[in-house]
Amino acid sequence: MKATATIVLTSLLIVAGIVPRPLIATEIPASERRSGYTFMGAETRAMQDDDTTNPGMLGVLDGEALWNRKAGSAGKSCAGCHQDAKVTMKGVAARYPAYDKELSRPVNLEQRINLCRTRHQQAEPLAYEKHELLALTTYVAEQSRGMPITPDPTPELQPFVAKGRDLFMHRQGQLNIACTNCHDDNWDKHLAGAAITQAMPTGYPIYRLDWQSLGSLERRLRNCITGQRAQNYDYGAVELVELELYLMARARGMPIETPAVRP
Amino acid sequence: MTAALINVPKKAKAGDIIEIKALTSHVMETGYRHTATGEVIPRDIITSFTCRFEGDEVFRADFFPATAANPFISFFTNASKSGKFDFEWIGDNGFSQTASASITVE
Amino acid sequence: MRRQPVPTRRRFLGLAAGAIGALPAAISVRPAEATPEMMATAIRAVTGGAPVQTGKVKLDIPPLVENGNSVPMTVSVTSAMTANDYVKSIHVFNEKNPQPNLGNFYLKPNAGRAQVSTRVRLADSQKITAIAKLSDGSFWSTTADVVVTLAACTEDVI
Ligand code: HEC
Ligand code: HEC
Repeated sequence: MKATATIVLTSLLIVAGIVPRPLIATEIPASERRSGYTFMGAETRAMQDDDTTNPGMLGVLDGEALWNRKAGSAGKSCAGCHQDAKVTMKGVAARYPAYDKELSRPVNLEQRINLCRTRHQQAEPLAYEKHELLALTTYVAEQSRGMPITPDPTPELQPFVAKGRDLFMHRQGQLNIACTNCHDDNWDKHLAGAAITQAMPTGYPIYRLDWQSLGSLERRLRNCITGQRAQNYDYGAVELVELELYLMARARGMPIETPAVRP
Repeated sequence: MTAALINVPKKAKAGDIIEIKALTSHVMETGYRHTATGEVIPRDIITSFTCRFEGDEVFRADFFPATAANPFISFFTNASKSGKFDFEWIGDNGFSQTASASITVE
Repeated sequence: MRRQPVPTRRRFLGLAAGAIGALPAAISVRPAEATPEMMATAIRAVTGGAPVQTGKVKLDIPPLVENGNSVPMTVSVTSAMTANDYVKSIHVFNEKNPQPNLGNFYLKPNAGRAQVSTRVRLADSQKITAIAKLSDGSFWSTTADVVVTLAACTEDVI
């Protein structure tokens, strides 16, 4: 209840324009922010750096094929409306999740792509974590590689960012531990051999060696929530999108690495 | 969907030793894993990779359950003349995938 | 700004390590291990019992691996690579995976350089052996030790 009060209060402050963006203040000083890339071993970094060895590039290749393939009863391909992704999708992933007016809520990139399938292609939505959706998302996100993360500034989005921050700070699960306890307070430590890192969402979808496949940011978040021994959220749940929003706000200005490789 | 990412230099001088890299999509299910309910997930791997130049074998490899998912392989060959490299992956359950890449040798 | 009290670091690390350690490994990769004897048998299948000398072969594999699911490895062999003096094949073995083979690679004299790279799975810290068969029928080998650290947050099978 305290949490809700905080959100209400903060939203009020935002609306009042008293504190322009109080919740986007980073807990880790900007100069100390580091991508998960910098915590990896030389071999894993090399795998990400070389497009001819990065397995995530297979997803980009499949995504490109899907981009040009007609789907749904509208008989249109993504390219049919958006033409060359290299031009039209440049920078898009750097500002997602974004606000969808029709739904009055934020949508992440996977959800946006599925909205295009249902709204514009008259096709079935693609299932979360299945290769087709991951490949399309990776292909779209790869068009922003190297570009700085620039969160969507829509005012309606700010309460969702605030909720995401709250979730990040909130202790939960059998361990009564919060994301912040690991990723803000102990990012320089290791857990059972793995670097904890700062939880920067710079490389998604990622090729994770542990998964032996591509996977979304939501899958990564669900892994950490399982680690907290807390009740998990379903794919697409607004709470996960709120966490994504906060993580992107926290990583403002850091370059997109998609498709990143992570251990 | 399956995709293969082949890296062959587009051009080389006669006698150059060139590196060829090949990456292909495959789960490489070992046959040693179990589902949450305890059933064995059946083996599903690529067992062989062959590279031919103008029909002649240049390089071949046997893969095993120990080959990482989305198999990566790199090897060398002597660029003698212009022509086409053909790549072939064969595996369990009738898996077969091919790709090709051309080189111009000056 | 609301900020909850943070546990002391010592308490935190104790908790978290406990959490990770107690996590069920959702899918096991290790039913039965291969044994050094199985590796020896697999090697004999390649050499036919011929003597294996140490040398000529170089095995590049990281001594400390972040995740055993994908370990980059390069094997190179010192050889003139001419029509009558070349490396016919390279074979790589391990002791502790369920199965002793990591890869067989067959070369031609016109390879120019006897070198192959691939990525393998290692279920545990262990010794890796690479053997090269030369065109004169001789066998050469080298070994390397690899330490595999495990990933932290595992998950349910999806
Ligand atoms: C007990 C400590 C712990 C807690 C609590 C925790 N994480 Fe993590 N998190 C980790 C570790 C360890 C990794 C890296 C694992 C690896 O890559 O093997 C990680 C990785 C991540 C990554 C991936 C970063 C990258 O470079 O791709 C993100 C994002 C993340 N966590 C977000 C969260 C969020 C959000 C929460 C709260 C819901 C959370 N984590 C809670 C330990 C934790
Ligand atoms: C019939 C035309 C049409 C087709 C086909 C289509 N889209 Fe869209 N797309 C749109 C429109 C219109 C928007 C603006 C948002 C909205 O109204 O839904 C959009 C928005 C997007 C955005 C967000 C862009 C931004 O700047 O925020 C992405 C990403 C996207 N589409 C990807 C895709 C993908 C991937 C496909 C194929 C699976 C696809 N679209 C198919 C019309 C289309």
